[in-house]
Amino acid sequence: MQRHRVTRRGFLKLSGVAALAAGGWRAGPASAQAEEIKIGALYPLTGSLARVGANMKKAVDLAVEIINAPHPELAPLTLAASSGLPRLGGRRIRLVWADAKDPATARAEAERLIDEEKVVALMGCYASAFTATASLAAETRGVPFVNPESSSPTLTKRDFKWFFRTGPHDGIFTAMFYKMFADLKTQGRRIGKIAILSENTEFGASATRVEEEMGKSEGYQLVAREMYTSPPASLDAELTRIRASAPDALIANGYLIDAVTTIRTLKTMGYFPPALVAQDSGYVLPDYVKDTGKDGDYIISRASWALGLGVRKPLVRKVNDVYRSRYNEDMDETNARSFTGLLALADAINRGGGTGPTLILQGLLTTNIPGGETIMPWQGIKFDKDGQNMYAIGVMVQLLGGQYKVVWPFDLAETAVVWPAPAWANR
Amino acid sequence: MDLFLAASVNGLIMGLVYALVSLGLGLIWGVMDVVNFAHAEYMMLAMYATFFAGGWLHLDPFGALPLVALLGFAAGVGTYVVLIRRIVGASMVTQIFATFGLLFFLRYLAFAVFGPDFRGITWPLAGGSIEIAGVPVSTAKALAASAALVTYAGLHMFLQYTKTGKALQAAAQNPVAALALGIEVDRMYALAWGLSIATAAVAGNFLLPFYQVSPTVADAFLLITFASVVLGGFGSLLGPLVGGVAIGLIEGIAGTLISPTFKLFFVFAVFLLVLFLRPAGLLGAAQR
Repeated sequence: MQRHRVTRRGFLKLSGVAALAAGGWRAGPASAQAEEIKIGALYPLTGSLARVGANMKKAVDLAVEIINAPHPELAPLTLAASSGLPRLGGRRIRLVWADAKDPATARAEAERLIDEEKVVALMGCYASAFTATASLAAETRGVPFVNPESSSPTLTKRDFKWFFRTGPHDGIFTAMFYKMFADLKTQGRRIGKIAILSENTEFGASATRVEEEMGKSEGYQLVAREMYTSPPASLDAELTRIRASAPDALIANGYLIDAVTTIRTLKTMGYFPPALVAQDSGYVLPDYVKDTGKDGDYIISRASWALGLGVRKPLVRKVNDVYRSRYNEDMDETNARSFTGLLALADAINRGGGTGPTLILQGLLTTNIPGGETIMPWQGIKFDKDGQNMYAIGVMVQLLGGQYKVVWPFDLAETAVVWPAPAWANR
Repeated sequence: MDLFLAASVNGLIMGLVYALVSLGLGLIWGVMDVVNFAHAEYMMLAMYATFFAGGWLHLDPFGALPLVALLGFAAGVGTYVVLIRRIVGASMVTQIFATFGLLFFLRYLAFAVFGPDFRGITWPLAGGSIEIAGVPVSTAKALAASAALVTYAGLHMFLQYTKTGKALQAAAQNPVAALALGIEVDRMYALAWGLSIATAAVAGNFLLPFYQVSPTVADAFLLITFASVVLGGFGSLLGPLVGGVAIGLIEGIAGTLISPTFKLFFVFAVFLLVLFLRPAGLLGAAQR
């Protein structure tokens, strides 16, 4: 009797354990499914780039939220409609943030994220110099690295296996100038003589080199190339010479103070070239618009992205509305790239079908996202043999009435480009 | 020829602006043989003062001028009392480190307080341009150049025709003899610092209408102001004026006619030539 009871109790215990174990077995795969996929996000969160870093964090955080929760209203945006990554059983993405505030820290943090946090992939780091070192850590450890924002062309010329860039680089941006010129020439505008006004550090000097080489190979005549040290006390001599050379377009590579000094000097001289085309930087900052007022109008600049794309591409406006409702401001040309970079990485993990490095690498190598599923002015995302998105390009914007309006490519333009710019007397 | 004329007029105007920024530097140098590396940083602070006088008190640069100059004077006297008095008569190296340290202190103080942003004003009165010898010149720059001439004239009159001005000259020429004659040399030094920084403040006040301020704005002027003072000659009030205008003209003419990329090269080539031929500067006495 007793034995029987004990045996029965024992049986109950055993079966309880078995039930738990069975439950555990069932819970096993279920919890593995729910386990989040850790992606390392390396951005400057302190230091002089902290402000732009904070903006990129907002956009990347929003992208993760859009992936993790169903957002059918944002279709056809990549991974928006589903919940989590559908091919990985709906697993969610979690970002592990690290402060990449200089090249050395960027690399150390990349190593920490890989070795200690066990992230499956990395993204970042905005500044080309930080991206260069952080991606080195990923390359040596065989972990995929997606870079959405850095624009130094050399980053994708290093024969790296694990490095991918979704955004455009400086060479692509400059090629855009000449593509726009070519399009404008077919409309009957006369563009033959180019002048360059540039500051003389790494940014200006390398941009000038590319502008000059491409210009010559496209058959343009370089009539002036004036370099100065920024901040310049005055640009009188530079602009006097440029006026004397009578260019059809003036290409400007300058920081904010240079840009404002250029516009004020041009106004004093009573001269404005038919077009002033800028490599963004000083010419696309809110302070430029504030300091030059309506005198700043008619400059043309490259941009990676513009809210005005929403006129021809409603998805841009829809995503920006979500962003605006969250942060009470609009997305900007930098963090729109960050946003898209994370979606591309998540898409690669999803299609790769797992979190192992080679699966993700396979996913990245076979990436082919149509442009319509992004908020960018791109034909899509597809990496070439160097890991560069072969469809990455920007837009050209013109400052009109204090607003940057998309004017090129023509099929995405909000408004027609004003070229030649009106003389000062007629403004 | 037309290009030459435009270059000369623009160079002359910028030269006067350089002269205004350099004036106070030359004054301190002349009076007490101290090189104030932080001079242009005070100009930067004055630009901020003018900026905020516009924002908070709704004063345009004309209205803000007395206030900014007075603040500059007070800052100069304060700097003398707190820092400079301790290094009078100390070795050259000590003095250089003290004012160089002051440069970094003021610059990073500005970073901490104002952040790295650029700030500028639009002043409708100075927004246009006027013609000088048929060459259009920015009104704001022409105003700054005029301010330079007025400040030089004012300081010259003060030094030549007032008792205090003469006492200041005496303290500069021979502090021991001046002390023996009952001149309070210490107070004269404090006055010199007040005047020096007040002129830097005037420069900043008139610079803001055509140049934005940021904590590093002094970089555009630092080298040129030193060159102006050395080129013009030590110990002479007119030295920085001559030096500043010479640099403006060389920069403007050589920059426009030959190559702007190398405008500072031309400036310093002439600078070295002058030092080689006249070690005490264009106006400097051969022997001090």
